[in-house]
Amino acid sequence: MGGTFFFLYFPIVSLIAFSFNDSKRNITWQGFTLRYYEKAFENSQLHDAFLNSLTVAGVSTTVSTIFGTMLGLSLYRFRFPAQGPFEGMVHLPIVIPEICMAVAMVAFFFTVEMPLGLTTITVSHIAFSIPFVAVVIRARMAGFEQSLEEASYDLGANQWQTFWNVTFPYMKPGMVAGALLAFTLSLDDFVITFFTSGPGSTTFPIKIYSMVRFSVTPEVNAASTVLIVLTLALTAVALVIQSRSQRKIDHG
Amino acid sequence: MESWRKNKLAFSVLVLPPTAWLVIFFTVPLLIMWVYSFAERGPQGQIYLAVNFANYARAIEWIHLGIIWKSVWVAAISTAITFAVGFPLAMGIAFAPTRWKNLLLLLVILPFWTNLLIRTYAWIAVLRTRGFLNFGLEWLHDEFSAFFALIGLPDVMGEFQALELLYNQKAVVIGLVYVYLPFLVLPIYATLEKLNKSYLEASLDLGAGHWRTLFSVTMPLAMPGVVSGCLLAFILSMGTFLTPALLGGTDSEMIGNLIARQFSSSRDWPFGSALSFLLLYLTFIILWVRASMASRKRGPI
Repeated sequence: MGGTFFFLYFPIVSLIAFSFNDSKRNITWQGFTLRYYEKAFENSQLHDAFLNSLTVAGVSTTVSTIFGTMLGLSLYRFRFPAQGPFEGMVHLPIVIPEICMAVAMVAFFFTVEMPLGLTTITVSHIAFSIPFVAVVIRARMAGFEQSLEEASYDLGANQWQTFWNVTFPYMKPGMVAGALLAFTLSLDDFVITFFTSGPGSTTFPIKIYSMVRFSVTPEVNAASTVLIVLTLALTAVALVIQSRSQRKIDHG
Repeated sequence: MESWRKNKLAFSVLVLPPTAWLVIFFTVPLLIMWVYSFAERGPQGQIYLAVNFANYARAIEWIHLGIIWKSVWVAAISTAITFAVGFPLAMGIAFAPTRWKNLLLLLVILPFWTNLLIRTYAWIAVLRTRGFLNFGLEWLHDEFSAFFALIGLPDVMGEFQALELLYNQKAVVIGLVYVYLPFLVLPIYATLEKLNKSYLEASLDLGAGHWRTLFSVTMPLAMPGVVSGCLLAFILSMGTFLTPALLGGTDSEMIGNLIARQFSSSRDWPFGSALSFLLLYLTFIILWVRASMASRKRGPI
């Protein structure tokens, strides 16, 4: 087991460690430096790519959280005709190989004559994020006591009031978790972004990809480390929120 | 669960907008690609709509079939290795003391939350000619040389030759095992966790050794998780694009890269679409096998 964990962590830990290494050759340890972080932060292309990534992830998260929640809620709540095939279609973006979705999106944008750029990236990210959010919301709602809604109706609240005051507050932690998932999915996506991006719409992973293809440099390590830390921080927030809301349920 | 008829307004308000988005920006693109897969390619890469199976026929020509076969083969080997590494890990976590369990699980999932591209890039730094692994080997080599020189056998080890570890099939397999390990460990862990441990104790009490218990009791009981995890790792490995693109050489192109090439440098979208659908069909068949095995397991025993 120790060996396996070494296998799992050695590459990432060495990547992070060597982003602080004061040597261009980047194999032997030459002393601590933050030089490559400065260099990465001053790299205007990297800067722009990062801003692009944040813009795409921001819009994609907002839209896919709303749509995903609506979808998850309706899958939890309603019985309707052709439910099985419908669920299959909804979960398809999760299971199909990324490359298939990527090239299908390219074919689509070409056919409808939509020029590739930030918009096409965002549209695709929303499409693959909706199912993930829906799954999270549905899992969250599985623990919901429907009698609470009945009580609300009995006490004279209408459907709208019941939704906002009873169902929505229960659902909220699921929405936060779903949103964070959508954000990291968008921020991390490479394959679909790579195919749906056009000139001038380079995102952070794509910029890193083009840098990686040339050589292994401490600057790439530094940029990668920033992304790793950001993703891990978001994940940690999601985990904390989930365990906190779990505790609330457990202890009433 | 209530019938949609009871609350048609709420149902349509909730269902229609997300469904419309998914249909327009996911289902329709797949349909367009499906139509393209029967089209013909013009001399400059134009697409002439048609109904012929030439693209599918081309996909099973020897040169392309070789790549498809290699993808299946590489995915199978990676899955086998992932299983060999992942099963003991899943067992270790499932049988660990309760207070360690969550930490160990987190340690397995954590790399999975790190960017795929970065995890793959990290292996370039490890495997390249002047990477960490070769550097470590060179250091060992020098130590041994010094040792042999000390006992009067200089030049026994010769000059250090850096190993070619990157840009070949092996590097791709390492990368795939690394990236998809958590997908295999988690389902196996989930079944092992639910498994009734008294069966294992009974087996040990009745005189079976640890190995025999492992192969005759633990493994069969954990089979649903094993099948599910292995098939998942297999699907993901087979459809990979990034790992061979970064870690592979000219001979390690897999079906994902072949598809990508049709949509970039080769500009043969109809052929790329046909390949893409072949990959999709393969994926669906495996998912179907996985689902039917899962439902059989849940059936009456």
